[in-house]
Amino acid sequence: MSLSSLTKPWEPMSYGFLDPSAKRELRRKMLKAVAVPGCQMPYASREVPMARGWGTGGLQVSLTLINPKTRVKVIDQGADDSVNAASIRRFLARVSGAPTTLDTLDADLIQSRHRIPEEKLRADQILVLQVPNPEPLRPVEPNMSIARQMHGDADYGRMWLQLYEQIVRSGRVMQGASYPSMVNGRHVMTPSPIPRWDVPKLHMAKHLTILSAGREKRIFAVPPFTRVEPLVFDDVPYRVEEHGQLTCYRSGAEGFFMNEIPQPDGSALHEISDSEYGVKHIRTAQGEPDARGETWYQNGQMEDTP
Amino acid sequence: MTLAQNAPQLVTAQPLLQIRGVNKTYGPVTAVQDVSATVYAGEVLGIVGESGSGKSTLLRMMNLEEIPDNGTYTLDLPEVTGNLFDLDRFERRMLCAKRIGIVYQNPHLGLLMGHSSSGNVAERLLVAGERRFATLRAKAMDALAASEFPLDRLDAPPRELSGGMQQRVQLAKAIALEPALLLLDEPTTGLDVSVQALVLDTLKRLQQERQITMVLVSHDLGVIRTLADRVMVMRRGQVVEAGLVDQIFQDPQHPYTQQLVHAKL
Amino acid sequence: MSVVLEVQSLSKGFTMHHLDSQFAAFSDVSFDLRAGEFLLLKGKNGAGKSTLLRTLYRTYLAQSGQALFHSHHGVIDLLRAADVDLALLRRTEIGFVTQFLTARPRVSAEALVAEPLRLAGRSAQDALDEARHWLAAFGVKESLWRAYPTTFSGGEQQKVNLARALILPQKLLLLDEPTASLDVGARAALVARLAELKSNGTAMIGVFHHPDDVADLIDRVIDLTPETSQIEERQDVVV
Repeated sequence: MSLSSLTKPWEPMSYGFLDPSAKRELRRKMLKAVAVPGCQMPYASREVPMARGWGTGGLQVSLTLINPKTRVKVIDQGADDSVNAASIRRFLARVSGAPTTLDTLDADLIQSRHRIPEEKLRADQILVLQVPNPEPLRPVEPNMSIARQMHGDADYGRMWLQLYEQIVRSGRVMQGASYPSMVNGRHVMTPSPIPRWDVPKLHMAKHLTILSAGREKRIFAVPPFTRVEPLVFDDVPYRVEEHGQLTCYRSGAEGFFMNEIPQPDGSALHEISDSEYGVKHIRTAQGEPDARGETWYQNGQMEDTP
Repeated sequence: MTLAQNAPQLVTAQPLLQIRGVNKTYGPVTAVQDVSATVYAGEVLGIVGESGSGKSTLLRMMNLEEIPDNGTYTLDLPEVTGNLFDLDRFERRMLCAKRIGIVYQNPHLGLLMGHSSSGNVAERLLVAGERRFATLRAKAMDALAASEFPLDRLDAPPRELSGGMQQRVQLAKAIALEPALLLLDEPTTGLDVSVQALVLDTLKRLQQERQITMVLVSHDLGVIRTLADRVMVMRRGQVVEAGLVDQIFQDPQHPYTQQLVHAKL
Repeated sequence: MSVVLEVQSLSKGFTMHHLDSQFAAFSDVSFDLRAGEFLLLKGKNGAGKSTLLRTLYRTYLAQSGQALFHSHHGVIDLLRAADVDLALLRRTEIGFVTQFLTARPRVSAEALVAEPLRLAGRSAQDALDEARHWLAAFGVKESLWRAYPTTFSGGEQQKVNLARALILPQKLLLLDEPTASLDVGARAALVARLAELKSNGTAMIGVFHHPDDVADLIDRVIDLTPETSQIEERQDVVV
């Protein structure tokens, strides 16, 4: 018996880049986060070869969940082909050997910044959202120790104060992204900077969503079939962006969340934000078999939630 | 030498507020020593004393911000029982939000300086569970109007307002839920004399119109004389004298009170 | 008539700690007062006339003795009563009339006069009507009723003060020179009101510079001048 037979051969890095103890910590924190939906769990955010604030939180979760068979999709603002999404996707594949995909329906693990895909996710899929500011109370309570007590007491009155201020100043709720939402009737979370359009997709969804903030070292989750209710006044209903009537100028898809492209003449064109869904739409129009999955929104309307 | 007071004989109602035998020390410093206080519904109790006399500590105890080393605190209100110092943080917070209003000397302690004035008042209602925008707006306006805040500045943030206006926002916030007890911690200290008079006048009017029970802490005898029915004089954490306001001012018994009154007049 | 107040061996002195001295105002004063009786306090300047009134009102704390007041709620010693009891009595049964008005900014004359009635539970309109009646009776011009007394002359303020102090019939009324510097018309109105209250059973103790103003009302006199034994004299003997 020699020493070399008892140890693993030297490798330049651990599988999936993170060392096993880091992954173990993340798994434990993810389980905790699932156990208490919407509650922020602190974790020791590790160094990854990317600057803090560029999705390190999401990346660490993805690195922990990944295995050689996990099919990975990475999107940034809905697009698979932006520099950041492409870099993260390539990095994940390189350190894990996992296959990648652009197709939402095909993916096992979707890491996303600022969007939830338009096609419905299934129970066997996991969505990882990158979160810049995990604390919904920060705008109304700068002292984080007190904010934590407020979470403990479910003292969320001041969240409505934020909405009150917006209505008073602008005549309507101006919160465009990170719309504060009550999870499972107990914890208010910020659902990362996804648009209002995407918040209803989390409500009673079949898939697991894990939200991770690398810089702020906080992880929280929306387990499958969990209530996610945007905070609203009883007499001011929640409204998503008025994109239901817009048409994508490239694909012709209608009734989805759009990116606005200003034109020199002052008008604007719209392009579907979920790029791969747009691609599928074009392929179908060109006569290929329809690969589009069921979508959360139909004809620009969110279907009635159960 | 004067005569000892008997227990109340004509007033048979329970006092609204009763504090008995509270002590508070910070390390070697004794802030409050064996202090008791009683406040009846509808009256204004003034607490006077120099800085460091323990008067503000006592007021913070009444607002349950400070828990003494021992002693009891009861409020004679429906659904409020037992020693309030024994409540947990959550119960304390709900009790204070719904039943006790406070105006601090420093508006930064009581207000969100960057939010609108009406929003600051609405926050109180939100904490108590109001979730209709129209109701919040209407009630916030009512409270601001009652504290004589100019309604054309309704949505201006307190940091853009003068000191007197900031105190009016604090007052509106404090009375928005029609509290059983209004605590005032040096509410006019640091304001111009003329502004001070106007804020005092508003407090007096509110007291007259709504019969609000108040506890007022001030080192300014003029403020105490204007508002209070009864006065407690504190020195070095102890109550040295208590009595009707005119008696304290015209026939003070304790050497310290005499010194205080003569220094003023 | 029933007894309203029994004063026994009442003594008052002041301790001035900064001078380390004491001085006595009056000592060992005793008298009874019945409903509808008017008692005049007499004595030299400094004899303690006003001090006695204020001691009974508890603005000053007595040093010894007792003052049993027969209130509607029972007998209570004014010298030892709890502060809250005294505050209640001041609102409902014991009045104190001086010549000085404690005006409050931005409170109109009529509202100020109506206040004791409102605190006693009368409706706002009712109280206001009666307040106007008394303002008129004391000769305050109608144009001033809705104005703020803070800006009034001393004489007008005094009339507002009397209207306020006398609007609510009390069981015991303490009068501290209310007639000083009052014009003839107002003085007559004051005397008429006092006579009316007296005939309705209000007991009064008064200090007057010129007792002639109220000569017809006086039933008894107490002389507080030291060195004179406290002789109770009949009114006709003295005045």
